[in-house]
Amino acid sequence: MYEELKDEGFTVITVAFDKNAEEARPWIEAANPQHPSLIDTKHLVADLYNMVNVPTILWINEVGEIVRPNDVAYGDNTWQEVTGFDADVHKKALRDWVKTGEIAFSGERARELQQLPTKDHQQARAEFALGQWLWEQGRFDAANAHFVSAGELAPHDFTIRRGSMPMREIDPMGPEFFTMIQEWAESGHEYYQPLPDA
Amino acid sequence: MTVKVNLVTAEMCTEIDAEVTDSRIEVSAQTLQETTGWSVKPEGFCLGDICIPAKDGVDKNGNVDLVTFAELTARPIITDLEEGAVSLGTPFEARGAELDTLQAPDFTLPDLNREMHSLSDYRGKKILLAAYASW
Repeated sequence: MYEELKDEGFTVITVAFDKNAEEARPWIEAANPQHPSLIDTKHLVADLYNMVNVPTILWINEVGEIVRPNDVAYGDNTWQEVTGFDADVHKKALRDWVKTGEIAFSGERARELQQLPTKDHQQARAEFALGQWLWEQGRFDAANAHFVSAGELAPHDFTIRRGSMPMREIDPMGPEFFTMIQEWAESGHEYYQPLPDA
Repeated sequence: MTVKVNLVTAEMCTEIDAEVTDSRIEVSAQTLQETTGWSVKPEGFCLGDICIPAKDGVDKNGNVDLVTFAELTARPIITDLEEGAVSLGTPFEARGAELDTLQAPDFTLPDLNREMHSLSDYRGKKILLAAYASW
């Protein structure tokens, strides 16, 4: 998409919520992107934009306004059978916006759809920050306790619950993850849904 | 007892000197200002034009209790003194208030070559911001 639209006043910025640059390196080097591809070990962007899972996309216009709030979209259809998402839907909408300025959301609707963090969620992010710092210091047991507390405070935030797994020596594609999403579904929650009128 | 405490915030970690008792983690007014931007004035805790009464957050020697400070300024605080660490979160209202305006919050992060990029460097373009992870 970047190559197709880069001459139309458009750029992509990717942000990797990984525990260190080395985890993200193979992905970035394989894609060899010509746009900024950033590493966010502290999940600062998740905090600023209230992101709760990956992949999360949002659109920002020329004057720095969010015109399409946090949404689920994949770069391609590699995982379509698992996720049920067709990447082409978002690509078409993105192409329309870049080329014509056409957008499905009014500012008011965008605002309604942008979720804001709760007090517990902010508390969870302070726990996560402490866990992440302790992990960097090599104090893994202490870090683990804070990651667990963070997940209890914000059970809907998978950047915390799943995103901390690589720092807790838990396989993020393994049985703990599947148990986690099964329990989440059984308690009446959707795992990760696109915006209703996308 | 004076101990070294690592004060963790969303963006950085600073080692500070603190006086720790059962219920209080006291730091100097200067440390508070250096790590949070808040100063101690006769009116209380002040940031820019805003002042709030310090109540018992400042003792007779002018030292600041971080726990009371966090309560009064409505921000999360997580203490783990066994690990010598305190995490001071962003004020509860701040993130929501910023997102509520739909102004995209700025940030600065490194790429693989440790070159720093800010969102605001790309003002004037339409931006697809895409977060992902290897997990």
